[in-house]
Amino acid sequence: MPDMPRGKLTPATRMGLSIAIATGLYGISFGALAIAAGLNLWQTVALSALMFTGGSQFAFIGVIAGGGTASAAFTAASLLGVRNAVYGMQIKQALRPRAGQVPLMAHVTIDESVATSLAQSSPAEKSRGFWTAGLGVFILWNLFTLAGALLGESLGDPAAWGLDGAAVAAFLGLLWPRLKGAEPILVAIGAALVTALAVPFTAPGLPILIAAAGAVLYALAGSRHAPRATEHGRLREVDGGKP
Amino acid sequence: MSELSWWILGACVSAFAIKLCGYFVPRRVLDSPVMSRVAGILTIALLASLVTMNGFTSGQDLVIDARVGALAAAVIALLLRAPFLLVVIAGAGAAILLRATGLAA
Repeated sequence: MPDMPRGKLTPATRMGLSIAIATGLYGISFGALAIAAGLNLWQTVALSALMFTGGSQFAFIGVIAGGGTASAAFTAASLLGVRNAVYGMQIKQALRPRAGQVPLMAHVTIDESVATSLAQSSPAEKSRGFWTAGLGVFILWNLFTLAGALLGESLGDPAAWGLDGAAVAAFLGLLWPRLKGAEPILVAIGAALVTALAVPFTAPGLPILIAAAGAVLYALAGSRHAPRATEHGRLREVDGGKP
Repeated sequence: MSELSWWILGACVSAFAIKLCGYFVPRRVLDSPVMSRVAGILTIALLASLVTMNGFTSGQDLVIDARVGALAAAVIALLLRAPFLLVVIAGAGAAILLRATGLAA
């Protein structure tokens, strides 16, 4: 785990905490909906503690609530979780974890921790962002799942508190600093369009994977020219770096 | 344990195994110049896709609701160089305001 500088919170820590609060509160609606879907308290608590990937959890109880079989719920949840494998690769490359850290890291590898981490520029901040958001969401998500399961629907819809607006603002806030230059902006617009086009036609969880696959193909197609460009850049620097 | 409990346990194991998968890709593969380009582009695409999923979708439907206002408020906050927490609060505030005034669902 990263060394925390004393006294003051770093930008990555603050980001991680904001995201943890906004996302963790959503656990209330998961807890309430799981009970409404017919799960018992232990099954509900187990999903948040052990599965711990919000999209898959909602998919699982959504299938059950809709009268689907448990095996269909299993498939939907697993399919929706495939993006976490892509995240794992990204985090391994960015944080270079020791083998012993990997099991815990893998468990808190979710949208929020990965997005918070990758939005940072220094390795230390990437690490702080990952752990603050990952552990922060884990703690609050599980506490609020329990609260939601016990208190039920009397708590109401988190949309009424603007938490869905907070979530979309948070993801945009993480993307924003990366939109420097024409290529990142075009990639972002392309990925957003591909996602929007895929949503009505594919199972939940697939649009983000289709966008990811498209981005990988695009990056690979463009990489043939990349080495030469780097060489060129270096040559110019060697020439004296004068304009 | 009931049958449903076993499926839940299985789904939890599956979710963890999938998360773990990414960490087993060899570092040598991850460190190539091609992979760092892929990682950079992929990060932007994943974040943009998450913005879209969280802003414009409800299940398998594309929807326009108060979250679009939240997104607009976030853009304004970001253009004004507001700190991250303020961006998040602006998003929540806009969604609450639009729903309270009945301007958006």
